[in-house]
Amino acid sequence: MIGSNLLRVASIASIATFAFGTTAANAQSLVINDEETMIIQAPAAAHLENMDEVFSGWNFRTVETQALQMDDFDNPGMIFVDQAIDQWDTVDGAAGESCGSCHEGGTAEFAGLRTVLPRWDEDAGGIQSMADYINECRTERMQAEAWTWSSSKMTAMTALIGLESRGMPVDVVIDGPAADAWELGKEIYYTRVGQLDMSCANCHEDNYDTMIRADHLSQGQINGFPSYRLKNAKLNSTHARFKGCMKNIRAKPFGEGSDEFRALELYVASRGNGLSVEGTSVRN
Amino acid sequence: MKRTAFLIIGATAAFAAMATAGTTTPDDVTFDDYGAVSASLTGVAGDAANGRKLFANRKLGNCLACHQNNDYLEQSFHGEVGPSLDGAGDRWNEAELRGLVSNAKNTFEGTIMPAFYRTSGFYRNMEKFDGKSILSAQDVEDIVAYLLTLTE
Repeated sequence: MIGSNLLRVASIASIATFAFGTTAANAQSLVINDEETMIIQAPAAAHLENMDEVFSGWNFRTVETQALQMDDFDNPGMIFVDQAIDQWDTVDGAAGESCGSCHEGGTAEFAGLRTVLPRWDEDAGGIQSMADYINECRTERMQAEAWTWSSSKMTAMTALIGLESRGMPVDVVIDGPAADAWELGKEIYYTRVGQLDMSCANCHEDNYDTMIRADHLSQGQINGFPSYRLKNAKLNSTHARFKGCMKNIRAKPFGEGSDEFRALELYVASRGNGLSVEGTSVRN
Repeated sequence: MKRTAFLIIGATAAFAAMATAGTTTPDDVTFDDYGAVSASLTGVAGDAANGRKLFANRKLGNCLACHQNNDYLEQSFHGEVGPSLDGAGDRWNEAELRGLVSNAKNTFEGTIMPAFYRTSGFYRNMEKFDGKSILSAQDVEDIVAYLLTLTE
């Protein structure tokens, strides 16, 4: 399905290539720091009714933007990861604890966590994202203030913890107790909203790999989040991006951290099952 | 004499009614079975030059976001989501184009294309756009007039 634009990008890409798939468009790869190979194309999960393959948003960016993600020294998102490393050992809250006080094994304790989030959490009685777990630690163990969903400290910490799963395939669970939320997320994905009357699917399923003015439409995958966007020069949470999309189509957005966006996050994450967590991606 | 005066008053009243009722509201637009709208939305002829401006205006027509158009080569990055509009004036007549711009879903069921002259039936519409159409009735007429100039 991938078409002419990817071919065009591929033909001018002067980056390492190897036979990843079966078409010329796929003859490029995302290798970070010359050693970590990301899965940027994968067979679509069985629950994806209308697509055969899934592609990381990295595929749809220009060669220049792609290159920024191929070396951590060039990746502007890593500045925020450095800030989170400092934050990790910063004591905050009435309990006098830092993240590191409890997590003596460092962030390495969280290897793989990003691949299964968001997920159903029995104790919370709902779908929990990375931000929820960070805030649970902050408010309950550290007795510190919760961070807002898309604050710079929150997005940086989600990036740091997510980095421990870089390269591992996304593998969120959609059945069992998560099924209701997943169904809600799916419904939201296919519901037209706003004055422009569009659903997520209209652009990201029906029309990915086409140009909408200067923007090359991706599949809207979130395996790369939190994502550093050149547009706003900061890390962006998935919920902030959902909100931005809804505003673009003149719809009243759901709230960051709302049940609707948690459900949508689960559903969209599941559409990217099989793609690598990219740590901190770089996008337009 | 009395009769003449009556006729004049009558004619004046009719003309005034035409001027105010001349603009068809979005809910009152009549689409035929194929999604075409034969009656002008305003009764005022479309201004193709203004329509051309609206075509690229990102807050109004923003047609270029999705449609390639060789009449607009001074602007780069033409969209590819919808069909090219080169020759649109040959392929479609005025009524069809008016229908397509007003609400293309009546012509192409399930299309991604937003309805530019519609105010009802939205879900989670932003408050500031409640009760408003993307384009005014005359904007639609102007864009239709412009599209009719796109001949090959």
